Amino acid sequence: MAEIKWPSAANRGLIGKSISRIDGPWKSSGRAKYTYDQGPAGMLYAKLVTSPYAHAKVTAIDTSRAERLPGVRAIHIFTAVGKEVNWEGHEVVGVAADTEELAEDAARLIRVEYDPQPYLVADTDAQHAGPGRFREMSPRKTGDPEQALQQADVTSEGTYGQPVITHCCHEAHGSVAEWKGDELYVWISTQNVSGLSNEYASALNIPATNVHVDCQVMGGGFGSKFAADSWGVAAAAMARKAGRPVKLMLDREVELLSAGCRPSLHAKIRVGAKRDGTLIAWDSESWGTAGMSGGGVPQLPYIIQVPNSGHRHTSIFTNIGPARAWRAPNHPQMCFLTMAALDDLAAKLNMDSLDFFLKNVGLTGERAGVYKQQMLMAADMIGWKQKWHSRGDKTPGHIKRGLGLSFHTWAGGGHMGYCRTTIHPDGSVEVATGSQDLGTGTRTVIGIVAAETLGLPLDAVRVEIGNNKYPPDGASGGSTTVGGVSSSTRTSATTALNELFAKAAPSLGTTADKLEAVGGQIRVIGDPSKSIPWKKACAKLGTTPIVAMGQRNFSLISSGVGGVQMAEVAVDIDTGIVRMEKMVAVQDCGLIIDMKTAMSQVYGACIMGTCYALYEEKIMDQQTGTCLNPNMEFYKLSGLDDIGDITVHMMTEDSYQDRGVIGLGEPPVISPGAAISNAVANAIGVRVPELPITPDRVLAALGKGGLV
Amino acid sequence: MRPFEYGNPSTVKQAISLLGSDWEQAAVLAGGTDLISLMKDYIDTPKRVVNIKSISALRGASEVNGGLRLGATTTFEDLFENPAPLRDFPSLRAAIDGIYSAQMRSMGTVGGDLLQRPRCWYYRNGFGLLALDSKGQSLVPHGDNRYHAIFGNAGPAYFVSPSSLAPPLVALGATLRIQGPKGERELPVAELFRIPRHTGEREHTIQPKEILTEILLPASARRLRNATYEVRERHFMDWPLATASVALRMEGRRVRQARVVLGQVAPIPWRAEGAERELAGKTLDEAVATRAGEAATVGAHPLSKNGYKVQLVRVAVKRALLAAIA
Ligand SMILES: Cc1cc2nc3c(=O)[nH]c(=O)nc-3n(C[C@H](O)[C@H](O)[C@H](O)COP(=O)(O)OP(=O)(O)OC[C@H]3O[C@@H](n4cnc5c(N)ncnc54)[C@H](O)[C@@H]3O)c2cc1C
Repeated sequence: MAEIKWPSAANRGLIGKSISRIDGPWKSSGRAKYTYDQGPAGMLYAKLVTSPYAHAKVTAIDTSRAERLPGVRAIHIFTAVGKEVNWEGHEVVGVAADTEELAEDAARLIRVEYDPQPYLVADTDAQHAGPGRFREMSPRKTGDPEQALQQADVTSEGTYGQPVITHCCHEAHGSVAEWKGDELYVWISTQNVSGLSNEYASALNIPATNVHVDCQVMGGGFGSKFAADSWGVAAAAMARKAGRPVKLMLDREVELLSAGCRPSLHAKIRVGAKRDGTLIAWDSESWGTAGMSGGGVPQLPYIIQVPNSGHRHTSIFTNIGPARAWRAPNHPQMCFLTMAALDDLAAKLNMDSLDFFLKNVGLTGERAGVYKQQMLMAADMIGWKQKWHSRGDKTPGHIKRGLGLSFHTWAGGGHMGYCRTTIHPDGSVEVATGSQDLGTGTRTVIGIVAAETLGLPLDAVRVEIGNNKYPPDGASGGSTTVGGVSSSTRTSATTALNELFAKAAPSLGTTADKLEAVGGQIRVIGDPSKSIPWKKACAKLGTTPIVAMGQRNFSLISSGVGGVQMAEVAVDIDTGIVRMEKMVAVQDCGLIIDMKTAMSQVYGACIMGTCYALYEEKIMDQQTGTCLNPNMEFYKLSGLDDIGDITVHMMTEDSYQDRGVIGLGEPPVISPGAAISNAVANAIGVRVPELPITPDRVLAALGKGGLV
Repeated sequence: MRPFEYGNPSTVKQAISLLGSDWEQAAVLAGGTDLISLMKDYIDTPKRVVNIKSISALRGASEVNGGLRLGATTTFEDLFENPAPLRDFPSLRAAIDGIYSAQMRSMGTVGGDLLQRPRCWYYRNGFGLLALDSKGQSLVPHGDNRYHAIFGNAGPAYFVSPSSLAPPLVALGATLRIQGPKGERELPVAELFRIPRHTGEREHTIQPKEILTEILLPASARRLRNATYEVRERHFMDWPLATASVALRMEGRRVRQARVVLGQVAPIPWRAEGAERELAGKTLDEAVATRAGEAATVGAHPLSKNGYKVQLVRVAVKRALLAAIA
């Protein structure tokens, strides 16, 4: 009998190997159809009329001219007369028409009148925000930070911050909705295939059983695609009205304006240490905006529990757009503030930053040993001891190099979910779960676990995901997907296998508990000469396949990971331009199912982190209340040549892998901003206190000190 | 996009006959990389679009009287693939190489590059070229002007001229051939650009019924030491933050005459005459280049958020000069 646990390291055939995505060729050849590519017969195209104001009351809507345009089939009101819009780009009316161009023309014919209201799009300071525009969160305090700051031998003080950024998924939000009688079929770019039926059902007044959701492939979500959203419901509503399928994909501008912001976070921080580097005091006053919602309350300091610490936070309510979870919500911001402030203290102590963080690693609690090991590994990989210099690269020339480090944690357990394994009498195998592959490799991971469990090659297993007709799986948030699906798959495949063992045992003259499945054979444990091929064993099923369910299984998963990243940058001190030259990422994520897709997550995170460290910002104009860069020209991301060398190391010792599977999507994106910022400070001798580290800020910081 | 008529003439004459007396009537379509975006965003709404890419005479690079002729619809890719005609003009080559996106290279034309409209985000977001509010005040001085002008910005224009080719062409003394209903005229590249004084005025002096046909570099320009330095924040899909193009008439190591032209810092390609004077008669070395860079910043009036560009000018000029004599 196969047990529901992971195979030991010696017995892993596929798990932990570097395996290419099973849907790679399908995607790279263009055969994979994204939501955007769907085009059921008779499909209409929908466009939105959105608010040009940051805050206004809708006072009139006139759709008559649009309705008279031939080819316009349905109108949907998002924001009725009398209701308010709270950011530029807020959806007001939708229109569906025969062609995309027609829909756009029709949208322009819709007249919306507004009564503009006071707005705020700047998050620079809470006092300035005015009454009703901010909320002070209850302060936290441990020990006596003020006294500790006075007793400290060395203190450092600074104000640091990072702006609101957006998700920038390659694929915009949106869906295609089609009705067949009372049944709704939607293709939607979503992180939550199994969880959308209720939202549609209650909005459209149909039973959840009538909602069919499909998402085979998607171009990223990063936390912004958990819901059907108003525009998803609108597509379905317009399709019902028009009696034809409707496609409603946000265009890039509305995507940047309305589909989600990562909250900003700024803080004034004071820290203090003893002469030997022992950290004793922390005090911080932070503020930031999550749009009109309060957002999460950031906890400072991050990871490191300073014995005497105090923190106060103020949320500012702005019309900057709606906040949505952004890959590791709050962590990148908290991490940057903490690591930057502490690195500045290390510099004041005249300590090598690595030595400083090692010295205080005990304050991180249970993962101290992990961080220590990872810091030493990363240091080795980047050549820290050879390359490190005190603040300010003193070598001649205008290019200055520096090193910086940061570390992070994330929980990432496994979400609840079910998987169904079917073994057919002809030997073919299907595993099905209503999960989704955001581009992370989920489909491949499920296939690997099933194939490993059944002793089959990967291509012998058919993986079905991305549709809510399959057993439900949780939303892909919080890095919980791999834990959820790997454990439900392992459980269901093991259960199915045990049923097969029971059928095959008599012909091998033994009982099910003496069998194992290896290399396409069912064989007697300890006596490989006694075996039958997989297909022959399955033939014994007669006409009825084996169907076995499995669900998330806590004995196969765990939570809580650690990671350390180090960055090397080159800064042109005459122009202020920063290049990320090299990043080293050492990451733990428990048992690794697919080394290749796991490492890809870390590479991607380092790239995404470089983008927010150096380029990204949702730039708002307080005069007009509008966003100045809702496009990929001025909302800057890195191109290939802007990315330096990235080296990833995954922790694979038994002590890590024995913990079971833990999620990885979020943790590696937490540290890049801090590591790069610290590297820049090390290079030029002065902190650039804000992200992104743009040339103007570098030159401004240099103007206040540092090397020039 | 507003519906439009499409003309596809095969001669310049035909093309001109299809154009209108104001910009609303008709627009010239070259690679379309800028025009189409402007039309999609309803910033330009011509009733007719006249494609000039079917006019074969307008495309190609050739030597004429010892100088260089670039047809207006020559693409960046044409020159990138076959840079031989640019051999004496590294300043131009650097500008072309800097335009990094494959799509831009294969579609964008040299004429379109000179005539592309400013990237000012107020303009591109629908607030008009001069970004005036309801009271007729520009939004730029009190808004986010990190990418705006530091020279020639007395107002109401604060945008920057986006063309990468303009600074080297002005520095090299290139001229343009422009054809209109009344025939052909030739003008120095510098005179294609102007700082608009009111909403009715464009930043180019070309008229709605005219077509830019050729860019001409005189034979004498081949003897100029020339270079361009672009300060680029990213390699990827971006315009430079500031550039400097220099063209130097040398006598041994001594500069007899210098042209220094800045890009991305003023509504027009900006002649840094202070730097030119600083260089005249000097033996060019690092110290002189540094002083010229400093001189290039004289007269800069940074706005609230673009003071850093002054430093970028300093550096770009110095580096372009050192590249020219390297
Ligand atoms: C991501 C990105 C990055 C870029 N980076 C740079 C850069 O670094 N440097 C740079 O210089 N440019 C850059 N560009 C701009 C690009 O070079 C221009 O869009 C291109 O050169 C325009 O050429 P076109 O032939 O496509 O012009 P079109 O879009 O066809 O025309 C542009 C304008 O010029 C007019 N026009 C064109 N040709 C003629 C003619 N012969 N006679 C009369 N009028 C004419 C048109 O009516 C229109 O108003 C970039 C563009 C993008 C999208």
